[in-house]
Amino acid sequence: MAYSMTGARRVRALASRTTLAAGTALLLALSFAPAGSLAVAASPEQQASEAESAWPGLRADLFGDRELIEGSDLIAIEAPARATDPAVVPVKLKLDPSQEIRKVTLVIDENPAPVAATFDIAEGAGITELSTRVRVNAYTDVHAVAETADGKLYVTKTFVKAAGGCAAPAAKDPEVAAREMGKMKMRQFETETGGTQEAQLMIRHPNNSGLQKDQVTLLYIPAHFITELEVAKGGERLFSMSGGISISEDPSFRFRYGSDAGGAFHAKATDTEGNVFEKSFGGSQS
Amino acid sequence: MTRRDLMKYIAAFFKTLFIVAFAASTMPAKGSDAFNLEEIAPGVFVHQGRIAEMSRANQGDIANIGFVVGEEAVAMVDSGGSVPVGEAALAALRQVTDKPVRYLINTHMHPDHVFGNQVFKEAGATVVGHRRLPAALGARADFYKTSIGNQIGPELAGAVDITLPDETVADEMRIDLGGRELVIKAWQTAHTDNDVTVFDPATKTLFAGDLVFMEHLPVIDGSITGWLDQTAELEAIPAERVVPGHGPVSAPWPEAIEPQTTYLETLAADLRAAIADGVPLADAVETAGQSESGKWQLFDFYNGRNATAAFAELEWE
Ligand SMILES: [Zn+2]
Repeated sequence: MAYSMTGARRVRALASRTTLAAGTALLLALSFAPAGSLAVAASPEQQASEAESAWPGLRADLFGDRELIEGSDLIAIEAPARATDPAVVPVKLKLDPSQEIRKVTLVIDENPAPVAATFDIAEGAGITELSTRVRVNAYTDVHAVAETADGKLYVTKTFVKAAGGCAAPAAKDPEVAAREMGKMKMRQFETETGGTQEAQLMIRHPNNSGLQKDQVTLLYIPAHFITELEVAKGGERLFSMSGGISISEDPSFRFRYGSDAGGAFHAKATDTEGNVFEKSFGGSQS
Repeated sequence: MTRRDLMKYIAAFFKTLFIVAFAASTMPAKGSDAFNLEEIAPGVFVHQGRIAEMSRANQGDIANIGFVVGEEAVAMVDSGGSVPVGEAALAALRQVTDKPVRYLINTHMHPDHVFGNQVFKEAGATVVGHRRLPAALGARADFYKTSIGNQIGPELAGAVDITLPDETVADEMRIDLGGRELVIKAWQTAHTDNDVTVFDPATKTLFAGDLVFMEHLPVIDGSITGWLDQTAELEAIPAERVVPGHGPVSAPWPEAIEPQTTYLETLAADLRAAIADGVPLADAVETAGQSESGKWQLFDFYNGRNATAAFAELEWE
């Protein structure tokens, strides 16, 4: 009983401390949905077996009564069945290059803020893979929903066993995290397939969940995370992302793209405190 | 320490070459669950925790904790992983001496080392820790009570009143137990961002906390590079024996740290090679460090997590 009250307080604290930017309003609305994920006294196994699936409610909130097509090869999702670290769970989305996928929504059903990220994919960017790292707070389904240019929705899911990833404090070394915040790095990789290129954008940021109370100050540590990100090459947008607290500390986005646009990569990120981090990367940097 | 005291300690050492076995007054009866305590050097007593995850069965008694007895007072080093473990340790201490427990030193924030704090605070001890311990433990208090509650049970976790240090150490601090001084040193980020060691020059004994793991796979909750970078400085401490945070109660210094260094260097080398080859995190953590697998207990439990944390750190190099 005491634990569920704590959970409710946590969510209110998150709401009161977070800028109600358009992108985060949805996350906040959804953060009240999965009551099951806040009943933290039970073991993860108990929670998983007792909790009612959050998906029907989430699905309705996010997509209304639109049809979600299952079992297609249009989108696939890969994540470890059992995470080695609940605060850093790698998730890979694979997109069928022959389809005009414009948007992918990544949902971690049982997290306090289930929508981890929404990716908007530019026409002609040829994105075939997108990998990031997320926090997982309880045993959960992870859903990916792809929307094509003609407005159809395709869904896939996988199950991840992990617990405590959102409640765990972000930085192992907060002093270093504060000093390095906003630093960006772009790596480029060789690929085995012609016509497809691969790169990874990394951003130093605590991406703090706002779910921990500081026992020294007795205040909740404010949520502080990257809300918007845009990645371009040669002046043409490849993709952009609206993100929330489920993206891990030091966000990483590794992607395969088909654009043959020359020129430098450019990344621009905005966080909940209005900080803007922006950087251009030389064409040959790895 | 005077010569007379030393003789007294040596006499006590032989008299009590011992395992203080208690009738289970504080630890609930669980068969042979007596609270072990060994005098590893004159006036230096260590309790060996099990090499295991915290559980209901072991009540969080998985870390080595101990104390040093001076002419006037006692300093406790870490307080155990639950209130009953702290109580059992204090009861064992009281079998050895009735001198006041003037200090409790927390080697770092982890629950298996600090969840018994309140027992010693109530007994009058001043709690001492790294300058970053209050912030680190403060930010994790709720999380630890919940996550550790899943392991030792909500009743035991619920009884813990997270007790932060009264005094903190930024660099080095000396505490006086009467004729016996201990040196507390604060380290840069390594096992955690709030590690301290406690050195007893009288017996050349080093309480290393979790800066030294033996048998139990080292756990990285700070910085793999910070840990490796400070290993030479750790080894240079003029100790003859070390009390590792996990492992035997005492081992020769500095040889005792060598297996840990090999593990950390192997893990770092494997991950750096993977990162240079463009191997993604998800694949790299499957193989990194695996050549060390047979050498450690709890390897499968912690290696993947270590590899994940170290990958995320090393890819910024
Ligand atoms: Zn530790």
